[in-house]
Amino acid sequence: MSNSNLQDEAIRVDTEKGNFSYPEDYQFDAGIGLTEETIKYISDVKDDDDWVRDFRLKALEIFKKKAMPTNWADEDLENIHFDEIRYYLSKGQVPARSWDDVPDDVKETFERLGIPEQERKFLAGVEAQFDSEASYSRMKDDLEKEGVIFVGSSEGLAKYPEIFRPYFGKVIPTSDNKFSALNSATFSGGSFIYVPKGVKLKQPLQAYFRINAENFGQFERTLIIADEGSEITYMEGCTAPKFETATLHSAVVELVALKNAKIQYITVQNWSSNVFNLVTKRGMADEGAEVKWIDCNIGSRLTMKYPGVVLKGQGARGEVLSIALANDGQHQDTGAKMMHLADNTTSNIISKSISIGEGRSTYRGQVHMPKHLKNCKNNTECDALLINTNSRTDTYPAITTRGQNNTVQHEASVSKVSAEQIFYMMQRGLSQGEAMSLAVNGFVNELMKAFPMEYSVELKRLIDMEMEGSVG
Amino acid sequence: MNNTLEIKNLNVSIDGQAILKDFSLSIPKGEVHALMGPNGTGKSTLAKVMAGHEDYTVESGDILLDGDSILGQEPDVISHAGLFLAFQYPMEIPGVSIANFIRAARQSRLPEGEQIKAVEYYKDLYAKMDALKIDRSFTARSLNEGFSGGEKKRCEVLQMSMLDPKYCVMDETDSGLDIDALRVVADGVNLMRNQARAFLVITHYQRLLDYIVPDVVHVMYDGRIVHSGDKDLAKELEVKGYDWVKEEFTDAIVGA
Repeated sequence: MSNSNLQDEAIRVDTEKGNFSYPEDYQFDAGIGLTEETIKYISDVKDDDDWVRDFRLKALEIFKKKAMPTNWADEDLENIHFDEIRYYLSKGQVPARSWDDVPDDVKETFERLGIPEQERKFLAGVEAQFDSEASYSRMKDDLEKEGVIFVGSSEGLAKYPEIFRPYFGKVIPTSDNKFSALNSATFSGGSFIYVPKGVKLKQPLQAYFRINAENFGQFERTLIIADEGSEITYMEGCTAPKFETATLHSAVVELVALKNAKIQYITVQNWSSNVFNLVTKRGMADEGAEVKWIDCNIGSRLTMKYPGVVLKGQGARGEVLSIALANDGQHQDTGAKMMHLADNTTSNIISKSISIGEGRSTYRGQVHMPKHLKNCKNNTECDALLINTNSRTDTYPAITTRGQNNTVQHEASVSKVSAEQIFYMMQRGLSQGEAMSLAVNGFVNELMKAFPMEYSVELKRLIDMEMEGSVG
Repeated sequence: MNNTLEIKNLNVSIDGQAILKDFSLSIPKGEVHALMGPNGTGKSTLAKVMAGHEDYTVESGDILLDGDSILGQEPDVISHAGLFLAFQYPMEIPGVSIANFIRAARQSRLPEGEQIKAVEYYKDLYAKMDALKIDRSFTARSLNEGFSGGEKKRCEVLQMSMLDPKYCVMDETDSGLDIDALRVVADGVNLMRNQARAFLVITHYQRLLDYIVPDVVHVMYDGRIVHSGDKDLAKELEVKGYDWVKEEFTDAIVGA
C-alpha cells in the first residue's frame, strides 16, 4: 500500500533526527587518552580553583585503582578503551544568553533537535551543552530576581562556592564507583542549580546534552540544591550521532532536597546505539522532603543507571519511575536504590522494561531498611515486556528489611506481546509496527501519566520510532 | 465478480493436516449467510484464513473481495480492503483504551497527513455505543481486559460498526452471550445490514439466527459445505442435531 510506504519514509527521516554531526572545529582539545596531564589541561582551560584541581587529581587516582565492575555487570564494559577517548573538547565558548549569539553550526544542531522551540513553549530555562561545554544558557528573568541560580558546573564552583561546595561530591562520593571517579576527574558542563527557600518553580528547567564529536567522552556534572520548602522540576535530554566507534557518556547527578523541598528530575535519553551510558544519580531527602526520578532510557549500547534516594530525614519520600526500551544490540541495565535512614520514610519504585529482538533489559533494585527504624514503607513493581522470543530480561531485587514495623511490597511480572495480539490489531487495519507500538504504549501507559505532557508526547514519539525500526 | 465475496475451491492445511477441502462459497453484498456445523469442521480456520492469519497453509484455491484476490496479503491490507473479522476469542490489549484503539484503526484508513477529527469521532463512537448499550465509561477501559464474555462480543460489534467494513465475518459471536446480550448484539448487526454489505455468520447454534435472520444457511462438515438452504435449514438442524449431517455425509461417501 502506497500510504504505508509513505508513512514509513516519513518516520525513517524522523528516526534519524539526532543522527547528524558538523565538522569538528575546536579551540580546546585535551587530546586522546587519560593522564594527569589531561586533567591538568582541563583545569587550566577552566581556570579551576586549587581545591577543584586537587579534587580532580585525587579522583583520577581513585579511578585508576578501581576495577571494572565486570564481576556483576555486563562484560561489554571491557570494550571501553579509556586510552582512545577524547576527554575535553570545546570551542572556547562562553554560554550565550541569546540563540543569535550561538555559533551557527551549534545553533543549527539544537534547532534541529527542537530545543529553542521547546524553550519558547514551556520551559523556565534552558542550558544546551555541545560536547564538553554549554553553548547556551538562559533562565527567565523573574527567576533570577527570586534568587534562583542556574549555571554550569565550573561557574557554580567558581562563583558560588559557599552554596555548592558543601554538597559537591557529598551525595555521591568520588569513590562510589569507577565511573563516578572518572567523572569527578574529568567533569565539565552540566547544571548547578540553587532554588532558595520557599521558591516554587512553576515551569521546568531543562538541559540538553549533545555529543557531536567521535571518540568522545561527555562527563557533565549536575548538582541541584532545593532549599527548605522549595520546588523544582528539572529535565534532561540527550542525543548523539551514530559514529563507527564507541562514545562514552558518564555523568554524575547529585540532588539535595532540604526540609520539605521537592525535586523532580526527568530524563528522556535517546542515545545512538554506539554510546556507553554509565551514569550515577542519587538524591538526598531531608525531613519531609521528596525526591522523584523519572527516567526513560531508549537507545545506547549499554546503559547502567540506578537512580537512588537517601531518605535521611523523618517523613522523607523517594520515588523512581523508569521506562527502559532495549532494541537489538542494546542492553538496558537499570534499576533503583532506596536507602531508608529515618523513621516514617517511604519509597516507591516502578520499573517498566521492554525488550525487542535481541535487546536485553535488566532490573537491579536495592532497598535498605535498617533494624532500628520504624514505619518505613517501600513498594517495588517491576514489569518486563518481551517482544519476540530472543529477547531477554533479568530481575535482581535486593531488599534488606529489618525491624518490626517496616513494610515492603514487591511485585514483578513478565509479559509478552503475542503473535495473536498482533494479528488481532492488524485485522483492524494497523500495520505490524503500529500494532507493536500500540502494545508497548499500552504497557507504559499508566506510568506515562506521571510525566509532564510535553515529555509523554516526546516519549511516545520515540517509542513509535523504535518500534517502526524494529520491524524487519 | 464485483460486490461479492467469493471463496473458490479452497484447500487449507496446518502442519500437513488438511482442514478446508475444496471449500467454495459465494456471498453477494446485501445478503447474510450463516455457516453452521459441528465443532472441528474448519469454521474458525476459514475465518482466520480469510483474515490472512499466517499459521495456515493455503494449498490451492482463492479468496476474492469484489473480484480481487486477497490471498497472501497481510492482515492489515485485507482489513483495508474491507473485510472485518469479529473474533471468537477477542484478544486483550492491556493499557490500550477502546477509544484509542478504534481511533488508531480508523486513522490507519486515512491518507498520509490527514488526521481524525476528534469531535466527530467521539460523536460517532458514543452514538454507536449507545445503540449497543455499552456504557460510555467503557471507552477509557483497556481493550477487552477483564471484560465478561458478553462485553467482549459487544466490543467486537462496536469495532465492526465503527470501521464500516464491506464484508463482515462473525466467528461464534453468540458464544458466551446470555439472551439479553444476544439481542443487543443482534440488533447491532441488523442495524448494519444493507445492500452494500455482506455477512458471514459462523455459529454452532441456531439460537442466534432467530435474531439475525439469514438469507442462506450452509452446513459445514469435514472441511466443506455439505448442505445449503434457507433459514428453515437452521431450524431443521436444531431439531435433528448434527448427527444427521454426519450420517448423511458418511452415507454419501460410502454411496460414492
